Amino acid sequence: MNNQKKFIVSHAPFWHNGSNIRQKSYHTVFAALPAALLGIYYYGIPALGVISLSISSAILWELLMNYATKRSISVGDGNAAMIGLIFGMLLPASMPWWAVITGTFFAIIIGKQIFGGIGSNPFNPAALSIAILMVSWKNYFDFNAALLNYDLDFVMIYPLTLLKQLGSPAADSYSMIDLIMGKQAGGIGSTFGLGLIVGGIYLMIRGFIRWEISVSFLAGIFITSFVFNLVDPVRFVGPAFHIFTGYTLIGAFFLITDDSSSPVNMVPMLIYGAVGGVMIVLIRNIGGYIDGVIMTTLLINLINPLLDKIRPKAMGKVV
Amino acid sequence: MIKKSFIGLKKTHLEYEQLGNKIQAPKKISVSKKITLLLECSIDLIDTFTLKTGDPVKTGQKISPAKDNDAYVISTATGIVTSITEYTGDYGKSYVAISIDTDSEENLDDEFENSCSEITFDLAKNYLACIPGAPCHEIFQNTENPINTIVIYGGDNDLLMTTNQYIIKSNIEGVKHGVDVLKKIAGVDNIIIAIPGESMQGYGHIGAEVKNIAMKYPSASPHMIMRNVLGKVIPAGQTSENLGVTFMTVEAVVSLGDAFSNKRIPITKLITVIDKNQNKKLISARIGTPLSEIFSALNIQLNDKERIIIGGPMTGSTVYTDDYPVMPNTSAIMVQAAKDVSLVSDYPCINCGECIRICPANIPINMLVRFLEAGQYEDAADSYDLYSCIECGLCSIVCTAKIPIFQYIRLGKYELDRINSAEAVNE
Repeated sequence: MNNQKKFIVSHAPFWHNGSNIRQKSYHTVFAALPAALLGIYYYGIPALGVISLSISSAILWELLMNYATKRSISVGDGNAAMIGLIFGMLLPASMPWWAVITGTFFAIIIGKQIFGGIGSNPFNPAALSIAILMVSWKNYFDFNAALLNYDLDFVMIYPLTLLKQLGSPAADSYSMIDLIMGKQAGGIGSTFGLGLIVGGIYLMIRGFIRWEISVSFLAGIFITSFVFNLVDPVRFVGPAFHIFTGYTLIGAFFLITDDSSSPVNMVPMLIYGAVGGVMIVLIRNIGGYIDGVIMTTLLINLINPLLDKIRPKAMGKVV
Repeated sequence: MIKKSFIGLKKTHLEYEQLGNKIQAPKKISVSKKITLLLECSIDLIDTFTLKTGDPVKTGQKISPAKDNDAYVISTATGIVTSITEYTGDYGKSYVAISIDTDSEENLDDEFENSCSEITFDLAKNYLACIPGAPCHEIFQNTENPINTIVIYGGDNDLLMTTNQYIIKSNIEGVKHGVDVLKKIAGVDNIIIAIPGESMQGYGHIGAEVKNIAMKYPSASPHMIMRNVLGKVIPAGQTSENLGVTFMTVEAVVSLGDAFSNKRIPITKLITVIDKNQNKKLISARIGTPLSEIFSALNIQLNDKERIIIGGPMTGSTVYTDDYPVMPNTSAIMVQAAKDVSLVSDYPCINCGECIRICPANIPINMLVRFLEAGQYEDAADSYDLYSCIECGLCSIVCTAKIPIFQYIRLGKYELDRINSAEAVNE
C-alpha cells in the first residue's frame, strides 16, 4: 500500500462547461469599453482620470474589505473592476477625485461587500452609489454645470434637462445621429448609444446578460413614451429621444442586468424589465427627477425577490 | 470534456452515446489472481461470520456468511479466502470486503444447478441478487405498492456508456428469453422496453411493449421516462415503485435469462471503459476483478491527481484506489487525466440563472442552493423543492460560480433521511 497512487476523489458530475465569474466580468468590461473610450476621446484626460481612478479605487476597496473581513482575496474575479468601470462611465468628466473614491466606497462596500460580497447585493452597486452621490452632491450631477468648461462640436446642453424645460421641442436641438454617436452631454461612458448597443448585443449573444431583461426594458420605454407622445405630442417627446439620451442604454445593458439583483425566471425577467421601462418614462415625463434610470434601477432591484416567486411548478411537486 | 458554446444563449445540450452499427465484441479480461467481493451488510456482523480466512470457495458458490442475516454474495472464482475486512462506500454505506486468492484450476459450484428445475421468485431472490446488472428482487414482494409494470431500459443511464446498448444489439434473443423469465419471477405481464434513439425495428417479437426514448440527456432518468413515456409524474420525494413501476437494466434481464438457461449464476460483467482521451472500449470481466487488472489489460497508465470514476461523467462516483473491484452494477469505468479534472469553488451563488434554465425538473436552484449551503435542509425541502430533484447533475455542469450544487442536493437529501430515521427511532 505504500506506493499507492493518490487519486482525486470528488462528487459527480465530473465535467464542467468551463464558464467562470472572471470570464463573465472581463467580457462585460470588454463590452463596455467602446462607449468608455469614446467618452475619453471627447472629454480628454479628466475623463481618463475619472475612469482610471474609479476602477483602481474600486479594486482597492474590495481588497481592503477582503483583508478587513478576513475572507479570501476576491479581486481576481474582476467583479470589482467591472463595477468600477460602470460606475466611472456614469460620472461626468469633471467629477472631483474625492467624490470618485467616495463613490466607489459606496459601490463596493455599502453596495456589495456588507451584504456578503458577490451574489448577495440586493441592488446594483454602481447604481446605488450614483444614487447616494446624487442625493449628497447634487451639483456635480448637473451635467450642464459640470461640463461648462467643455466646448465640443455638439450641443452641450444635457438633453434631459432641456426636455424637462421645453417638452417635445427640446428634441429639435439635437440630431438623432449625434445622439446615437455620443455627441451629447452626459456621463463619460453613457452617451455613445451605438457602442452601448453593440456591447449589449455582444453580451446577450454570449449569454453573459439576459436578453429578456434588456429587450423588455427597452420595449417598456418605447411603448410608454409612444403612448405619452400620442396623447400630447407637444409636452411629451417620442420614444427614440428617450432611448438615446441619459442613462437609458447603459442602464438597459449594464445596470439592470446585474446578476444578483435581477430575476432568473423567464416571466419575472420580462416583468422586471418592462416595469423599469415604464417607470423611467413616468419619471422623466411627469416625475420630479431629470433622468429616472438610477432610481428605477433601484426600484426594480427592490421588487426582484418578489417577482422571482413567479416560477414554473417543479416536477412532481405536490401542492 | 464539454465546453460552453461561444453563443452562450444556446443551452448546453448533452446527448447519450449511441452505439453505431459496427459492433465490436468486448475484450475479455482473464481471471485475476485476486478478487474482492463486496458484501453489503453492517460491519458489526463480521463477528458472527461463519466464513473464516483460509476457507476454500468455489466458482458460483453462494457465500452467506452472517448468522441471522440473508445478505450474500456469489463467489466469482475458485480459491482461498485471504481476508475479511470492512469497507465504507459512498454516503457511509458499509460493506464487508471478502478477498479471495484464486486457484489456477476452476471448480464449479452446483448448488444452483440442483435447485433450478423451476423458475420461481424465491430462487431468484436467493441466488440471483448479485448477477450482472444488479436486479433488485425485494420490490416484487412489496405488498403496499405492488409492482404492475416493469420498464426495461435498453440504453445507458449516463453519457459515454454503451454497455446496455451493446447487449440489446448483440443478444436480442437473450433479451427475449430474459423477459419470459422475468414475467414468471415477478408475476408481472406489463413489461415495457425503452429503446434510445429513433430505431425501433427488430424489437417486435420480444414480448414487451417497445417505446422510444430521446437521446438528449437526461431523458433516460426514471423520472423522465415515467413522465414522457408512461405519462405519470412521480410525486416529489417518492420513487417510481410507489406508483407500481420498477426499472431494470437490459443486462439484468439477460443475466436472469442466462441463469436459468445455462443453470449457472452469471458472473461476468460487461463494462464500458472510457480512457483519458474518451476512447471507449467494451470489456467483459468477472465481478470482483480489481480495476487495476482492467487498466493493465487495456494499457491505461494512471498517475497521481487523476480520477477513477465508477459510472459515467454525470452521475458516477469516484474511488480512491485501483484495488476497487468490479461490482454487479459497474456499467462503466472512466478515467480522467489530471488536466481534465474540474474542481469546485467555494464562491457563493451569483444568481446568473444558468441552472434554472437547464434544470429538467424546474427547481429554483438559485434559492435552493443558498439554503443547502447554510445547512437548512428542512426549509430547502419545504419551500424550494429539494425532493423534486431527479439527480441528473446538469446544474453543476453549467454553474458559473462552480458550486458543487449536485453534491449539496445529495447531501441535503441524505441528511434529511438521517434526521427522519432518527425521529422514527425515537418515537
